[in-house]
Amino acid sequence: MKGMIMVTGIREQVDVCVVGAGHAGCEAALACARLGFETVVFTVSVDSIALMPCNPNIGGSSKGHLVREVDALGGEMGKNIDKTFIQSKMLNVSKGPAVHSLRAQADKADYTREMRTVLENQEHLTIKQAEVCELLWTWEDGKKRVTGVKTFTGAVYGCGAVILCTGTYLKARCLCGESITYTGPNGLQAANHLTASLERMGIELRRFKTGTPARMDGRSIDYSKMEEQLGDERVIPFSFSTDPESVQKHQISCWLTYTNEQTHEIIRDNLDRSPIYAGIIEGTGPRYCPSIEDKVVKFADKDRHQVFIEPEGLHTNEMYVGGMSSSLPEDVQLAMYRTVPGLENCKIVRNAYAIEYDCINARQLYPSLEFKEVKGLFSGGQFNGSSGYEEAAAQGLIAGINAAMLLSGREPLILDRSESYIGVLIDDLVTKDNREPYRMMTSRAEYRLLLRQDNADLRLRKKGYEVGLISEEEYRRLLVKEESIKREIQRLKSCTVGANQNIQGFLQAHGSSGLKTAASLAELLCRPELSYTLLAQVDPDRKPLPEDVTKQVEIEIKYEGYILRQLRQVEQYKKMESKKIPLDIDYDEISSLRLEARQKLKEFRPVSVGQASRISGVSPADISVLLIYLEHRNRSGFHHPDLGAY
Amino acid sequence: MHTDTIAAIATALSNAGIGIIRVSGPEAISVVDSVFCNKFGRRILSEKSSHTVSHGYIVEPGSGSDWKKSILDEVMVVLMKAPHSYTMEDTVEINCHGGVLLLQKVLQLVLRSGARLAQPGEFTKRAFLNGRMDLSQAEAVMDVIHSQSEMSLSSSMEQLTGRLAAVIRNIREQILYELAFIESALDDPEHISLDGYEEKLYEKCNIFLDRIEKLIDSAEDGRLIREGIRTVILGRPNAGKSSLLNAFLGEERAIVTQVPGTTRDILQETVSFRGITLHMVDTAGIRRTEDVVEQIGVDKARQYAEKADLILFVIDGSELPDEREREIISLIEHKQVIAIINKSDLPVIVSDEEIKRLFSDKKDLKIVRISASEGIGLEQLERQIEELFFSGVIKENREAVITNIRHREALENAHKSLLLVRQSIESHMPEDFYSIDLMASYTSLGTIVGEQVEDDLVEEIFSKFCMGK
Repeated sequence: MKGMIMVTGIREQVDVCVVGAGHAGCEAALACARLGFETVVFTVSVDSIALMPCNPNIGGSSKGHLVREVDALGGEMGKNIDKTFIQSKMLNVSKGPAVHSLRAQADKADYTREMRTVLENQEHLTIKQAEVCELLWTWEDGKKRVTGVKTFTGAVYGCGAVILCTGTYLKARCLCGESITYTGPNGLQAANHLTASLERMGIELRRFKTGTPARMDGRSIDYSKMEEQLGDERVIPFSFSTDPESVQKHQISCWLTYTNEQTHEIIRDNLDRSPIYAGIIEGTGPRYCPSIEDKVVKFADKDRHQVFIEPEGLHTNEMYVGGMSSSLPEDVQLAMYRTVPGLENCKIVRNAYAIEYDCINARQLYPSLEFKEVKGLFSGGQFNGSSGYEEAAAQGLIAGINAAMLLSGREPLILDRSESYIGVLIDDLVTKDNREPYRMMTSRAEYRLLLRQDNADLRLRKKGYEVGLISEEEYRRLLVKEESIKREIQRLKSCTVGANQNIQGFLQAHGSSGLKTAASLAELLCRPELSYTLLAQVDPDRKPLPEDVTKQVEIEIKYEGYILRQLRQVEQYKKMESKKIPLDIDYDEISSLRLEARQKLKEFRPVSVGQASRISGVSPADISVLLIYLEHRNRSGFHHPDLGAY
Repeated sequence: MHTDTIAAIATALSNAGIGIIRVSGPEAISVVDSVFCNKFGRRILSEKSSHTVSHGYIVEPGSGSDWKKSILDEVMVVLMKAPHSYTMEDTVEINCHGGVLLLQKVLQLVLRSGARLAQPGEFTKRAFLNGRMDLSQAEAVMDVIHSQSEMSLSSSMEQLTGRLAAVIRNIREQILYELAFIESALDDPEHISLDGYEEKLYEKCNIFLDRIEKLIDSAEDGRLIREGIRTVILGRPNAGKSSLLNAFLGEERAIVTQVPGTTRDILQETVSFRGITLHMVDTAGIRRTEDVVEQIGVDKARQYAEKADLILFVIDGSELPDEREREIISLIEHKQVIAIINKSDLPVIVSDEEIKRLFSDKKDLKIVRISASEGIGLEQLERQIEELFFSGVIKENREAVITNIRHREALENAHKSLLLVRQSIESHMPEDFYSIDLMASYTSLGTIVGEQVEDDLVEEIFSKFCMGK
């Protein structure tokens, strides 16, 4: 093959090259182009832009938060799912506001088409169907610097920044029992050349694995044996820019059924034919979306597992079988699926399969998602060891923004753990030792009460505006919203009601204990049995306010005590985050550091004392020593060393 | 840059003279003000200027006209306002007079009133970070923090008794399970339901609270860790070692029979009198034995004797010393020893001179005659120990005292957090709110057994609960 690569050919100069047009690549490319940089996005197939090769939905617990945050910062995912959803649901509504999460079923084909339309119409953005085989780079001030990419056909694109969003395509291989194909998802062409180029640059790669269940012909499914799963009556859009009225439309149902002992028996009896259990798969798979084989083996005490049947779109019969991903051979799959009520006569359109791919240990990245060793090289999505469309989009957006920041000589956008799920996601990826594809979970966010999906705009819109992805008009709308929330909270706190008959009657009617002395409306709102809407009866001065405003007012008053406590924790956290560690620090000079800590710090090169404290193997005493060393360094008149861009 | 206020015992705990508790940070004055009053019962500290000394009493915070009843100690309080103190923060030093036990109680009161226990080397660290010391000292400060934290960690683990560490680990495991259950249900609401979980968790919280309260009680009387003067009782079989321990405890803790070799293993008890705490170890009688089980006990006795601060060498006064005594003496010649001639109720044939001779006229040897079984001479023995302690010959295990305070603080924090969980359940907060304080409780308990949180929760979720997709 080598001889076929042409040495001369097309040479073009752009600002940014984005490798891959999945959920990360799309956000990265759009962000760069929207910020005015000439951008090319490469994909092995233009027809697979923003492809959803696994589950047919966007959002879900904590992932919905990510989508909202992407939207608040000026990303596209929220808007795109609002245009293409066929069912929508707010999860966890019976629980606290921090864990409410939106999830929408997508029409997969529509989703892809709409995103492609957005890309095609974006100024400064070019789509190019080509496999990038090589990164071009040079030495600059003793450090590697990326200068461009080269495609399989020999075309060279010079640029100032490259963003790698290769998803599951690098040296991908798909496994369905004994049969192995060397392709990306859905039989798409794998990218087999880039890995070697990355390794030559000194980038370390690893291998991860994930899987997807079968798709079935909807006509072969008996829904009468399943429970119908409806969408919400009133749909809430993902995007803060979407008009809520525009998303009230006819929705399609999903269906719930269960595996049984017979299913499990078939699986157990054929485990030796599973490539994972037979040891053929070397990649590390995720524990949070286990294959049905894994579930049966690891949770042997469970006599059944849920199976969700979800439509892949409006214009196809294909149905996704959620909960039963597998890499068992085709014949075992069919037998196993057919034991499930409603699937007795099912016909499989696409088999379930597992996929293995090359990715990196993201500890090679700064929190800006730029490689520590290669200036101008960024990466996002599954290539960074994450999993999920939403996780990918979030990283793609940040990588895109920061490539643009680098090219414009501005500070990178780094979100921390106390202001966003995106911050938690990226900090975990670049700090912790992740041994499996990383999925967002609400339990990973220690300040989750503050990081709600309902206030993502209040948390992040301003940053999106400063970066340049949020328009003046949208930003001004946010300021108005902020102001009305503040005023209404103030009003409720200062407006008191007396212990009169009218009030007592109202309280009694709603199962709330009577008042002994006067109380403010805010104090009444704190009672779990009362709501902002109910209080209208005893609040004659109330002026009508938009629902998104009153919702914030209600949450902030009702949970004030808890929110204040978290804010205090955040204060402590921020202190450590704001202590930056100079890039040229020599840990060997700090003799009081324990050996283990010194090794970890040298390997990691954390950017702040806060990040250092989260590295396993670094103790609080080591952090004290580090603080004192840094102070020492400052005082001894060290010229303020190059903090790099951090 | 520091927002919290720290406190610790700043002096060595060698004798019952003055002990100093240092409190430093923005709240230092108000914290001490809440537990200190002058002889008229007035809180006066906030009115005092810097570098003044006040005389008064340590009392329970919020004790009004009843303050006299709650007096813990009579103290002198030194006030130093920022930046004119060692740490360059507001600093208050409480000079206590009442001995080690009281010193701990006063510190606990201060901790409950809003200060947090200082980390090893933290005063020095603050002094440096606030610009007190010059650069040449930075290296030394880092070394202090390094070595002190290593020491405190190792002593903490060493002193935590095996059973108690096991109890704490067990409570932690259960809390983690509950946390993982809640979290997996939040992450995967369509697979895992929280219906009816409130009552279950409430019950669980009560059990956790109860168990932690018991641990706090045991910290109170020193059973949580092996603190105090490490005291080892040695003697030939049936000399009356266990009887001596029982006499101290006032209960039949060790089995006492006339059969030599009854105490086959090591018994450990903590005894407090006159403000002194002894951590007593009763050993198997040292003799050559064929019995394997007993031999293990004898070997252990040797090891304990090696580490002891004080040896109580029990001699049967009704029998002449022989090889067995000589062998023991060879082990303890270089130690602080009180020779106890027991069984003074029986005809005694052993003289003080004979014992002194056996010890080759060891200068600091003390001899006491008692009858452990009748309780005669015990007071004299206690006085003897007291004298050794106050003269500074034997010392409290300082690390152990500090460890105990640290553990207590952690237990109380864990307890507080669980009460908050219960409160959240009572006020019908949604389930995700329970996690906040459950996690805090889990973390607090972790500091006792030296375990960090890291990714425990995520691991637990994946290993115990089947997530969807």
